Amino acid sequence: MHVLPAPIAKWFAARGWSPHPHQADMLARASDPATLLIAPTGGGKTLAGFLPTLAELAQAPHKGLHTLYISPLKALAADIKRNLLSPVEEMSLAVRIDDRSGDTTQTRKKAQRADPPHILLTTPESLALLLSYPDAPRIFQGLQRVIVDEIHALAESKRGDQLFLALSRLQALAPGLRRVGLSATVDDPAAIAALLARHPDPCTILAADPGPAPQIGMLETTEAPPWSGGGAAYAIPAVLDEVRRHRTTLIFHNTRAQAEIFFHNLWLANDEGLPVGIHHGSLSRESRERVEAAMVRGDLRAIVCTGSLDLGLDWGDVDLVIQVGAPKNVKRLVQRIGRANHRYNAPSKALLVPANRFEVVECHAALEAARAGDLDGAPRGPGPLDVLCQHILIRACAGPFTADSLFSEILTAGPYATLSREDFDACLDFAATGGYALRAYDRWQRLMLRDGQWQLRDPRAASRIRMNIGTIQDSELLKVRLRGRGKPLGEVEEGFAASLSPGDTFLIGGRVVRFDGLRELTVEVSPHAAKSPKIAVFSGTKFATSTQLCQRILAMLGQEDWPDLPDHTRDWLHLQRKVSRLPEPGRLLAESFPHDGREHLCLYGFAGRNAQQTLGLLLTKRMEETGLAPMGFVSTDYATLIWGLDPVHDAADLLDINALRDGLDGWLAGNAVMKRSFRAVATIAGLIERMSPGARKSGRQATFSSDILYDTLLKYDPDHLLMRVTRAEAMRGLVDFARIEELADRTRGRIDTLRLPRVTPLAAPLLLEAGRVPVSGSADERLLAEETARLMKQAGLDQNGKIPL
Amino acid sequence: MNAHAFTLAGAELQARGSGALFWPAQNLLCVSDLHLGKSERMARRVGATLPPYDTAETLARLDADLAETRAETVICLGDSFDDREAAHALPHSEKIWISRLQAGRRWVWIAGNHDPGPLDLGGAHLAELPRGPLTFRHVARPGQAGEVSGHYHPKARISLRGRTISRPCFLIDDARVILPAYGTYTGGLRSSSEALAALMCPEAVAILTGPSPRPVPMPR
Repeated sequence: MHVLPAPIAKWFAARGWSPHPHQADMLARASDPATLLIAPTGGGKTLAGFLPTLAELAQAPHKGLHTLYISPLKALAADIKRNLLSPVEEMSLAVRIDDRSGDTTQTRKKAQRADPPHILLTTPESLALLLSYPDAPRIFQGLQRVIVDEIHALAESKRGDQLFLALSRLQALAPGLRRVGLSATVDDPAAIAALLARHPDPCTILAADPGPAPQIGMLETTEAPPWSGGGAAYAIPAVLDEVRRHRTTLIFHNTRAQAEIFFHNLWLANDEGLPVGIHHGSLSRESRERVEAAMVRGDLRAIVCTGSLDLGLDWGDVDLVIQVGAPKNVKRLVQRIGRANHRYNAPSKALLVPANRFEVVECHAALEAARAGDLDGAPRGPGPLDVLCQHILIRACAGPFTADSLFSEILTAGPYATLSREDFDACLDFAATGGYALRAYDRWQRLMLRDGQWQLRDPRAASRIRMNIGTIQDSELLKVRLRGRGKPLGEVEEGFAASLSPGDTFLIGGRVVRFDGLRELTVEVSPHAAKSPKIAVFSGTKFATSTQLCQRILAMLGQEDWPDLPDHTRDWLHLQRKVSRLPEPGRLLAESFPHDGREHLCLYGFAGRNAQQTLGLLLTKRMEETGLAPMGFVSTDYATLIWGLDPVHDAADLLDINALRDGLDGWLAGNAVMKRSFRAVATIAGLIERMSPGARKSGRQATFSSDILYDTLLKYDPDHLLMRVTRAEAMRGLVDFARIEELADRTRGRIDTLRLPRVTPLAAPLLLEAGRVPVSGSADERLLAEETARLMKQAGLDQNGKIPL
Repeated sequence: MNAHAFTLAGAELQARGSGALFWPAQNLLCVSDLHLGKSERMARRVGATLPPYDTAETLARLDADLAETRAETVICLGDSFDDREAAHALPHSEKIWISRLQAGRRWVWIAGNHDPGPLDLGGAHLAELPRGPLTFRHVARPGQAGEVSGHYHPKARISLRGRTISRPCFLIDDARVILPAYGTYTGGLRSSSEALAALMCPEAVAILTGPSPRPVPMPR
């Protein structure tokens, strides 16, 4: 190994430590242009990333920025700063370290630009913002190393695409730049390496010792999980027992709503007052920080959380991870399990808690897969063009550029290595003129070509572009406050707030509150003692159950009997087989039944949430055409449930794959999922601006929904770049048509439609699924007619709506 | 018929699903808040490049309403243009389109807050217009009767078995009717907002626009 500079070697020696083998490897490969380190949490991964930087700074003084550290979480950057400052002080190194995020004060940000620290810790968005300033070349000219932490998480999102574009820009400003990625265990390290390295440079892949195999099992409960629902309330006593038996337990949930319900029930059962906290993305920053601080102090015995604790912060002495609800994805499960026991050589300990009986099956399948180390993953495809459009605008903010140089620079970014010149030109044209078939903006172009260089027509536009930087889509959230006391509790989606009537109760931050009213853009609530609140439907991120896991489940259902499953689940599957039928590999089961005044059709496709969603969209469109008046549908990873006014007698009529494929284009046009995708794409590309609460407050009438823009483009300019991007995005992410093809292939027209008198055991969980997609069509008009007539009658107004004068 | 009939100050009127108001006895069509040229103004003012098809879309809908009603008088109730420069900057083809719609009709532009002064387009330019028992003006005035106005872009939201539908709407009581915005790129102000709740009497009705206009008690 390379010789450590004296101050660092002394620091290790004074503690009786020596670097881990992978830390030594990182030092040895310090001059490689790109290095990816795969290491479990707690394996000294961060220090491994920084050691070469510290070694270089200890050996020779450096002027300006030496190392840039990028993390997906602001909190992580701040945390790393603390953890790095103490060894640097103990080694007496003259190294300046600072962090930068949206929360950093303007004064400090200015000082950082004027006189950059040696090590700057930041996020992809703050980096993009830094690159948009005309002085970016000066700030980054001496940059030696960039460390991308949690690169496996970034690589799965547009934040990663934006980051990799930023790296291509950084490399142009600092040609000697070396790249380091730090990753948790993944299925395909080479794919991440290809994103990290400058294309087509090679990337060194180093793997740390993964440590002992984790201990995973199912949580034993005395009570059976319910037929349906996601609360897992039945498991509360058993979970409390485990919490008592361990120092600190992380209790992971898949959605925020489920975390809220579980936390609420945990409190009701927590007679001895064990200190338990809740942490998720909808809570106010103050509440989250309080919980984080308590955790670091070791004050909490358990934290109910969501993906908000998936990453980063190495805090507290977690010795047990409990996953409530089916993990959907074996890779994520394995990463969550890694949150327990950050001490290097201890095995992680984890328990799975299925929330309902179907999830018992899914958890068993996931457990088998995790034990077999069968990680799932799907390639993400080429970098999306909306992110590229934003990158071009950011580049324009920094100063004039030529199209050729920017294009060749972008080709070095992993996700965009295969970008065609045609697509690049379309993005540039969009950024410059809007890219419409009707060339309307000759006078008001955003970017102008002057002397062969593209630049902002009006330099004042830069500040608007900067305000819109980033690819994270915040849904429109409203603050929730206690009336009178003005204390923020958290946030809920505007759509959820709109569905509340005064007196309704819901859960937030583990407490039940009563909705009093909407005041400006704040949801006013008061405390309420109810035990069973109306549930807050926050949208947590939902992932589709992987193909591998779905196949394991189908195979399991095909068994004659299930000796490995608990009796309650065995009995339930037998009951389903008795009253209806169980899904089988190679056939498609469709159940048709009336429920709660509406007709339902349930299709067990096992194609994953997104493909099942697409199936719902395609089928409701066909049902609308055939006059079955569908009203909406909901999808899970294994089934789609459609409801409407009329019954379906033979699903095979609707399910012809060729008709579905033919209908895809026309269908893609006018549905809610497309509009949702369009809104995200249009915001990222810079067509519409992120709505600040202030802007919404001041100009409600002046703003209009992005749906109107979508409808207009669809009618007048259907081949517009953003429509193409929206379509591609939907096909890849939300549509996932490939899995419908796979479903058709696997079942080949063997479709069994069963007409049943009532909801079946297997269909019941779907009735409670969140994420219902409404279908606008004849059912709307039929219901609107009924409801408006009822309201008029109730108000004593005559049926024609004539006002009695 | 795709219209909802009601009476205001003795005048028999029809609220059309398109958002236009028709007065058969006078053969008069009234539309409000067209905001023509909005995309051009957004580009000029804030550098946005929205799809530049909004004016054509608004005119196409107006064209269809005129063809169906064969109205001989047209009143545009103000904010017909997103601002005066937007009116000047209309592409030639769209100016011709407006002239074609005006041909053989009496056409009145009522002044709005976005387009206060006269424009160099055909038609009469008025601050307001009294006609029979009714008065047409851009912004409603409390205490007036028989008033037809726009300005607020009212929309209403109602819940249907766990789903909400929000649509532009007419607001009607025994003193006035407030028209929804007719322009393509227009948002809306909820009928429950203070401004609208204060203007309309407690028995007010909202007529939701759409394939079939539907009356509901005004959501507050």
